[in-house]
Amino acid sequence: MKEIVKDLDRWRRQGKAAAVARVVDVDGSGPRDPGAAMAVSEDGQVVGSVSGGCVEGAVVEEALQVIESGDRRMVTFGYSDDEAFAVGLTCGGTIHLYIEPFDW
Amino acid sequence: MSDSTAIFDTLKAAIAAEEPVALATVVEGPGTGAKLLLHIDQTAGSLGNPDLDRVVSRDIAGELAAGRTGVRHYGPNGEAREEAVSVFIESFAPPPQMIIFGAVDFTAALVRVAKVLGYRVTVCDARPVFATTQRFPGADVVAVKWPNDLLDEIGHSLGQRDAVCVLTHDNKFDVPAVTGALATGVGYIGVMGSRKTHDNRTVRLREAGVTDEQLAKLMSPIGLDIGARTPEETAVSICAEIIALRTGRDAPTLTAGVGPIHR
Repeated sequence: MKEIVKDLDRWRRQGKAAAVARVVDVDGSGPRDPGAAMAVSEDGQVVGSVSGGCVEGAVVEEALQVIESGDRRMVTFGYSDDEAFAVGLTCGGTIHLYIEPFDW
Repeated sequence: MSDSTAIFDTLKAAIAAEEPVALATVVEGPGTGAKLLLHIDQTAGSLGNPDLDRVVSRDIAGELAAGRTGVRHYGPNGEAREEAVSVFIESFAPPPQMIIFGAVDFTAALVRVAKVLGYRVTVCDARPVFATTQRFPGADVVAVKWPNDLLDEIGHSLGQRDAVCVLTHDNKFDVPAVTGALATGVGYIGVMGSRKTHDNRTVRLREAGVTDEQLAKLMSPIGLDIGARTPEETAVSICAEIIALRTGRDAPTLTAGVGPIHR
């Protein structure tokens, strides 16, 4: 999350709402370790990353919903969830993300 | 919210100051989103239950010391072997350090590659004409000192994640740099030079009292055998060697090879 702290701080000072998605767990082969993070601002700016690019688009959608609803949620991406999310990791691993509003 | 805004502010300040800090967040179970931060023996925030806070504080300290990041499970009051609450603990260890001895062309390239990998880089050379911030704009510190003097000052702060690269290939500097580095807890010591330079240096190091066991810890000649020629390619081969040693992978090192390095 280190690399997105400055952007979060800037958005906060600009009064922009944001959401933070963090990889908390990886099963099998995953591109990024726990701690990889991405943040999305209410006007659609994106910083950081949580995979090799496979699921970022879907995470942006989830994050925008989180900003809208204020809900916190765990989201799982992986080949076993292809039907549910229609996106997966080409490496065959599964990543568990925690997405929350940046209200802390 | 004012209390939790303080958590972000403390986290931001600690990261900027390169101080060890760790953040625990409840990601599943009662109190999802609650946070507890540990920064230099002080906690801030709460996971919503004093018993849970107490148990998790202790675990955060352990995870931070080990530089680990991951999810741990607890009962509602911090009980072990229960799964009611999932807590994500993220450790923010200070960046690893790389000390480069010798202000040469290879050094400039190694500084750049090391910065890409997140190292805090110190360049050290006893010659003030060469050891300048103009020549190494990316270095965090440029020290005009003898290697042993620098290591006397900062050697105690070097650990397993850190690296010392000796690029001078001049025995006058190499020998105090290597003996000084061997006296620290640094995880990687690489020493540049041709095989002839290496053989000659090994003799000098033995004369300086370095044991076979200590010699075996040196990566010399420095770097992986990937046919690197330019300073930039050599920098990549050095950093790749550091990664391979850390992860325990079997990569072809120049240390284990024979014959000319450039062929």
